[in-house]
Amino acid sequence: MKQPTPRPDAVPPSRRDFLRAGAAVATITLAPGVTLTAFGGSAEAEADANHRWGLLVDAGKCDPDCSACVSACSQENGWHDTGHPETDAQWIRKVDLTEIATGRELSLPVMCQHCESPPCVDVCPTGASFRRADGIVLVDKHICIGCRYCMMACPFKARSFIHETVPDADKRSFAPRGRGTVESCTLCVHRVDAGRVPACVEACAATGHNAILFGDLNDPESEISKALAQYPSMALRDDLGLDPGVRYAGL
Amino acid sequence: MERTIYREIGLSRGLAGAAAIVALALLAGLIAVVVIEEGGHIVTGMTNQIVWGTPHIFAIFLIVAASGALNVASIASVFGRSAYKPLSRLSGLLAIALLVGGLAVLVLDLGRADRLIVAMTTYNFSSIFAWNIFLYTGFIVVTALYLFVQMSRGGARRYVPAAGLLAFLWRLALTTGTGSIFGWLVARPAYDAAIMAPLFIAMSFSFGLAVFIIVLVTLSRLGNRPLGLGLVTRLARLLALFVAAVLYFTAVQHLTNLYAQEHAGIEAFILRTGGLYTWLFWGGQVILGGLLPMAMIFGSKNLGIGDAVLASLFVIAGGFAQLYVIIIGGQAYPLEIFPGFVTSSSFQDGVVAAYTPSWSEIALGLGGVGIAAALTLLGVKVLRILPTNLGDANLAAQARVQSA
Repeated sequence: MKQPTPRPDAVPPSRRDFLRAGAAVATITLAPGVTLTAFGGSAEAEADANHRWGLLVDAGKCDPDCSACVSACSQENGWHDTGHPETDAQWIRKVDLTEIATGRELSLPVMCQHCESPPCVDVCPTGASFRRADGIVLVDKHICIGCRYCMMACPFKARSFIHETVPDADKRSFAPRGRGTVESCTLCVHRVDAGRVPACVEACAATGHNAILFGDLNDPESEISKALAQYPSMALRDDLGLDPGVRYAGL
Repeated sequence: MERTIYREIGLSRGLAGAAAIVALALLAGLIAVVVIEEGGHIVTGMTNQIVWGTPHIFAIFLIVAASGALNVASIASVFGRSAYKPLSRLSGLLAIALLVGGLAVLVLDLGRADRLIVAMTTYNFSSIFAWNIFLYTGFIVVTALYLFVQMSRGGARRYVPAAGLLAFLWRLALTTGTGSIFGWLVARPAYDAAIMAPLFIAMSFSFGLAVFIIVLVTLSRLGNRPLGLGLVTRLARLLALFVAAVLYFTAVQHLTNLYAQEHAGIEAFILRTGGLYTWLFWGGQVILGGLLPMAMIFGSKNLGIGDAVLASLFVIAGGFAQLYVIIIGGQAYPLEIFPGFVTSSSFQDGVVAAYTPSWSEIALGLGGVGIAAALTLLGVKVLRILPTNLGDANLAAQARVQSA
């Protein structure tokens, strides 16, 4: 008799999952710090191709003197200023802009743009750079060999190479960081998978600026989709046709 | 009349001296590897803006020169120039040695060199890097096979033309792959051009032959083998043609870019306002590595072996200058994320990135050169690579016999 196909969103815990979880626990217990249990498979399991997560940054609302989004990301994910500006990781940065023709000044955050066709994923020799089904672009820290080709390929300078040993205090179970590998904004994938918004978005809202909107670009009823439908916005380096998940208004 | 006889070179004071210099280069490379592995890339001059540095200049020079070094053998067995035939074995050996040296630098510079096994087992075939892993390892296998059939005494010799053709086609694919590492980078205005592949092929012809001439003259001296001026002059004239080809492709690359207003910024940076990069382009690549050796070779009626070696050294120096401009200059020029705006940030947006090579990077690169030199010396010491007599009279007699 033919077995009924289980619904993808209602998979019961199988023996394989149990063994996999057991192996993960054993790995963490036996070899702490040696093996990075990055996104341990669960992130991919929970990624749903029906969603496309994205951000809408409103440059008109972004305060040039505010860097709450940067501080929140740094706090959340454990990267920060070590006094070496050329080599320190920056998952998100504030860029100050002056329009050459008019002198108009504005400021906005730049992070991984989570492209639909990410050049970093194309060039990665091992497939460590990958795009989840829901559009979040990540680095699998298990198989990143630190060749930095993705950094050469990224049009937004969104990626950082970890030049120094990461102190234990800066390591998060949900955002593993290891010297000799490349990292970038994960769109706070651990929060998104738990139904929360990224740390930068939360911090921006807490300041009252509400310059960053997070949501599902595939859902026409989401706040971000409605805003995109209502106001003009653009993607950075739109000429490259990469279809970034991060959009900018007020540029 | 003497036949072409290949013999291992004997131990001599000169060979011992060369081995000592090579050992120093290997030691320098080893120390650099330990220092970088121990301290992390923070000890190098590379940053999040200049992500590829001096090790990559050495690695790409060696890899590009490797495929070019094989040309001498190709000219003999693919294009039927019998005068070059006695040099075929050295050409194959040098090609393998240079490639191994270059790959070693590339691998030892990885952030996680310990994960080499991952790179060898996990592939993303949309990456030209992944393809290059096959092109590079395949080149070693194909060239070793080519060398084997050349050196075999039995019936395998009849496969020399077929192996030579395969090796020639493979080396074209290899250099296309190396040039495409840059040519396929859409994000950066200094790259993103199809001409990178043929430019790199021309560079490989030029750098590879320059290295070959220097190695041939050095080994002939070390092995006490007669080397004809006519042969060296012929190689030098070919080198000057290859140098002209590099200048031609460089001119086309920049003229094409100058025509497009969107590339005006990067062109002004390299050609006029880039400081060190502009100096290296005009002074290093164009004059020292291009016009000067061409003038020396084409302009002289009595070119000596010393002149040919000097011209080859200039070509190599120009090659390093060219790769410095392409690799470092291409990254130093800021990415234009916001056209029409002046930008600034804590991540060096909108500014030319600074870069100073560290001693560890240079030592790592020299280690790669040391590996290539060590393999070559070892090869000619234990294998029958170098002919006993490369004198012009002997070669001419050989050519007459073969064409008869």
